[in-house]
Amino acid sequence: MNLTTQETIQWIERANSVFQEKKDELTELDQVIGDGDHGINMARGFQAAAEKLQAGSYATPSDALKDAAMTLLSKIGGASGPLYGSAFLKLSSSTKGAETISFDQFKEAMSEATDSLKMRGKAEESDKTMIDVWGPFTAYLQVQSDVQPDEWIEKLADAKEKTKDMQANKGRAAYYKEKSVGHMDAGAASTYYLFAALAEILKERGE
Amino acid sequence: MKKLINHPSDVVLEMVQGIVAAYPNEVELLPDTTVIVRKQKTNGKVGIVSGGGSGHEPAHAGYVGKGMLDAAVAGEAFTSPGPDQVLEAIKAADSGAGVLLVIKNYSGDVMNFEMAAELAEAEGITVEKVIVNDDVAVEDSTYTTGRRGIAGTIFVHKIAGALAETGASLQEVHAAAEKVVQQVRSMGMALSPCIVPGNGKPSFVLGDNEMEMGMGIHGEPGLEREELKSADEVAEKLLQPILEEGVFKTGDHVAVMVNGLGATPLMELYIVNRKIQELLKEKGLHMTKTYVGNYMTAFEMAGCSLTLLRLDDQLYELLQAPCDAPGF
Repeated sequence: MNLTTQETIQWIERANSVFQEKKDELTELDQVIGDGDHGINMARGFQAAAEKLQAGSYATPSDALKDAAMTLLSKIGGASGPLYGSAFLKLSSSTKGAETISFDQFKEAMSEATDSLKMRGKAEESDKTMIDVWGPFTAYLQVQSDVQPDEWIEKLADAKEKTKDMQANKGRAAYYKEKSVGHMDAGAASTYYLFAALAEILKERGE
Repeated sequence: MKKLINHPSDVVLEMVQGIVAAYPNEVELLPDTTVIVRKQKTNGKVGIVSGGGSGHEPAHAGYVGKGMLDAAVAGEAFTSPGPDQVLEAIKAADSGAGVLLVIKNYSGDVMNFEMAAELAEAEGITVEKVIVNDDVAVEDSTYTTGRRGIAGTIFVHKIAGALAETGASLQEVHAAAEKVVQQVRSMGMALSPCIVPGNGKPSFVLGDNEMEMGMGIHGEPGLEREELKSADEVAEKLLQPILEEGVFKTGDHVAVMVNGLGATPLMELYIVNRKIQELLKEKGLHMTKTYVGNYMTAFEMAGCSLTLLRLDDQLYELLQAPCDAPGF
């Protein structure tokens, strides 16, 4: 894997383009069983993060991830701000000092990030939240020895789809109780797009 | 979408600028934030900070003033502000006696305010928090997100703010705020949806002849959607689940708030209040103080909420204490 600082910045830029493009789709998902602002918030947060990273100069991926975390924390807002912010802070602290992020470091960082999401969100898997993509994707990574971008996207898509069958216990969707079943969680969808963007970048350089 | 705005992405900043322009001697905006703070600080007074997503005006900036809040953080429309902004509000509100955070029980608000509290503690500021969850339309459960915070939050602002003015300690102010949370209950209903400016579409659809009982202040689902009823019947439907909570007993003194959601004329709120007062008398509850108006809105949603607060001598006195906040 050996993700460089430049590729880390590219990842955030790519994620930003995707969130700009999928803004309406995410907002519509959130409108059905939430408060209809997830796409707007993700687009605003990642645009700010991409601009921040473009303007900065970073020695390591960890430094870039830290700036991304702080920007997401303050610019996404809502529940997704502290959640994505906490997760990116862990990705940063877990890989501190490394000039490039190896696959083993990435696996460990993802594991720590998922734990921090559970703690901050007071949620577990099957509560119909973004953790239902972070969790299964991280578990899948742990048993892999190399990066398979196409398989990543498949696993992410599968996890995202599974949130449709769940009943929400956390977040605003929880107010819909059994009526939340049948609809995809918006945070699960945005997590899919975030890591699909990383998979695309790794694929383009031939992994 | 038909709104008096300039650009959807500018609504929050332009609103807080407009508030400061309206009350230039009383409040100011913290630089590079959407945090509104009192201009005159009282040293050694417990600071009271509230906030949340915008679209609920006059909540929360309208409650900044002597006898109520020291700072209010305005997030994007229906979106909690980030911890950095809340931290700035805490720092501005602290004058050495600590700060009480008044948080409405939504996942985003709780997470952002808790992170801000951790950051403030790291900077040496003592912070306590109270989480308001007065909406009886939501089943109460520790397993889920639990009940939403709605108009009852205003009473928490008032009581905590009034007690803080007397020079009470953070512990005392926190205890009084918790008491309000224990003794306040609300129930809302909607006649028509609202439109978040950045989104442009109604948050839900209600038929011409429909209403929804128990709807939240962001358009979250309520208890049931049904055929539109008369004001008197709606008043009964709002009061009944509140009384079923077992908080209010015959002979109790209560404060009443009939709150408009943004698009409902005061005329209709008064008509609802008329019936509420009649019903309270029938149930043997003594109305001590009534508030009718727009206190916790949801953009242009039509509908109202009813809030009851059980009063004891302390709460009654604090409710009556003077207050300069323009929204109260």
